[in-house]
Amino acid sequence: MGTTGNTESEPAWTGLPRGLLRMRRLLLVVWLVPLTLATGLPLGLLVGPGWAAFALLPLALLLWGWPMLGRNWRSWRYAERADDLLISRGVLWREETIVPYGRMQLVEVTSGPVERHFGLASVQLHTAAAATDARIPGLVPAEAERLRDRLTELGEARSAGL
Amino acid sequence: MTTPDVDDDVQGEKPVADRRLHPVTPLRRAWAPVAVIAGWAVHDPDQTQRQLTRLTMTTLLIAVAVFIPAAALYGFLTWWFTHFAVTDTELRIRTGLLFRRTAHIRLDRIQAVDVTQPLLARVAGVSKLKLDVIGADKKDELAYLGQEEARVLRAELLARAAGFAPETAHEVGEAPVRQLLHVPARVLAVSLVLTGATWGSLAATLVVPPLLWLATHSVWTVLATGLPLLGAAGASSVGRFVGEYDWTVGESPDGFRIDHGLLDRTHETVPPGRVQTVRIVQPLLWRRRGWVRVELDVAGSSNSVLVPVAPREVAESVIARVLPGVTVPATLSRPPRRAGWCVPFWWRGYGLAVTDTVFVSRHGLLRRSLSLVPHAKVQSVRMEQGPWARFKRVADVHVDTGANKTVTARLRDASEAVDLLHGQADRSRTGRREALPDRWMA
Repeated sequence: MGTTGNTESEPAWTGLPRGLLRMRRLLLVVWLVPLTLATGLPLGLLVGPGWAAFALLPLALLLWGWPMLGRNWRSWRYAERADDLLISRGVLWREETIVPYGRMQLVEVTSGPVERHFGLASVQLHTAAAATDARIPGLVPAEAERLRDRLTELGEARSAGL
Repeated sequence: MTTPDVDDDVQGEKPVADRRLHPVTPLRRAWAPVAVIAGWAVHDPDQTQRQLTRLTMTTLLIAVAVFIPAAALYGFLTWWFTHFAVTDTELRIRTGLLFRRTAHIRLDRIQAVDVTQPLLARVAGVSKLKLDVIGADKKDELAYLGQEEARVLRAELLARAAGFAPETAHEVGEAPVRQLLHVPARVLAVSLVLTGATWGSLAATLVVPPLLWLATHSVWTVLATGLPLLGAAGASSVGRFVGEYDWTVGESPDGFRIDHGLLDRTHETVPPGRVQTVRIVQPLLWRRRGWVRVELDVAGSSNSVLVPVAPREVAESVIARVLPGVTVPATLSRPPRRAGWCVPFWWRGYGLAVTDTVFVSRHGLLRRSLSLVPHAKVQSVRMEQGPWARFKRVADVHVDTGANKTVTARLRDASEAVDLLHGQADRSRTGRREALPDRWMA
């Protein structure tokens, strides 16, 4: 993985590991398949088969969500440049954030129980501005820790006051 | 970390004298128990009435005999257990009777120093001193100090924060002040008359209670809505006049000073290089007279006004002193015409200019507001684009500053926005290298 391949025009982007997509799709299935069954079966058996069509709603959501998660996952990427970190994300609502290393107040690595089960961790950057929304979700823990250490190191080297 | 220098510092810190607040302070603290009882009474009036009728004269007297010494003791003890000390690098405040609390405020992180005097404190000849640092609490103010003591302490804190040697810091004394601007009372009054908010709240006060009376014929409803409305109208007109009366902006080597107030006096000092954002606001009715209001953002500070009202040229000359080397650009570039499909009509109010020192963005059509962010103060840059904006090939660029404010250049052409995003990151980096050091005299 290129860390500071810093050509002026196009930075070296890094995507997210596939584990995040797997986790999100699994969560989608885990929530929506039982919901489909829970809507469809009682309505179909007790009220009438026509009413069971309501079960199509969660099913449609599932079928629509599957590729959407893939699109969203593909859109997330980040790049470590010489002086700042770039994060780009979103398909319909696109957002691109640049945080200079010298501005970082603290770097956080978090991992919830579900994330931990899938061997994933998020890195969150905090600057003095609360509006700075610089989060990279779903990294492999080793990469998250490498990123944290590197960001902290660069942040110290380039540290500036407010 | 074992250089002899540091060792000397540690030894030097040992004999730091703990100081106490002014002996008037317990009187203020004695109000706390009274406030608790009053709050309970207001919260639950029925219960209070019932309790009161059951009380006889003797129980009342006994209660008073117990209550007043207890309150006095509480006030005395909190005062007794509050200490502060100034070391070479920090202001330390220790408070708390049962729950101890120690705040160490680093002097090189000072964003502003406020000395305030509420009306009663002026009568008693005392003032409050507060250091604005990021994350500072209301509790971290020193209330109260003797008037003269507060001035001397402020001078000393600023001298130490500026980087003067500790031995000489308290001999440096007050830095000389050069007055930049004074707002005459007449201009202030006229400006408030020309503010929409004043008339809006006044109109609401005159219209809403009679309507409610017609609708409900209930005195309580009318009073319950009328009194807050009257209060709001008073606060936005008389209250603002009283607060912004005798507004003086001065310049000194310690930074600039803002003094104001008719009844409650406030003296604020903002050291150089602490201003994160400056906004020039122009309500519709001020436009003919060419007046503007200047607001500023300092991290951790509650005050946000630099100049309540002044002619534009005067305001711009003050801004040039506050943000050295910055001139307010005369012309701003508008979003492309197709931005009208995203924000109809109001898109004309948006504007953007980038000079080599500041990022300037304007919004508002009737009430114009122009924000200036020095490149060195930018914390992060973001570009956002929704689906409709993408269809129209426009995007928003947000610039986040340390005072938790975001300045947005809205509806820029998409390719321009990308250039702006990357260009701003570069400019901020180089801007930071040239910025003043935190210890501005060092």
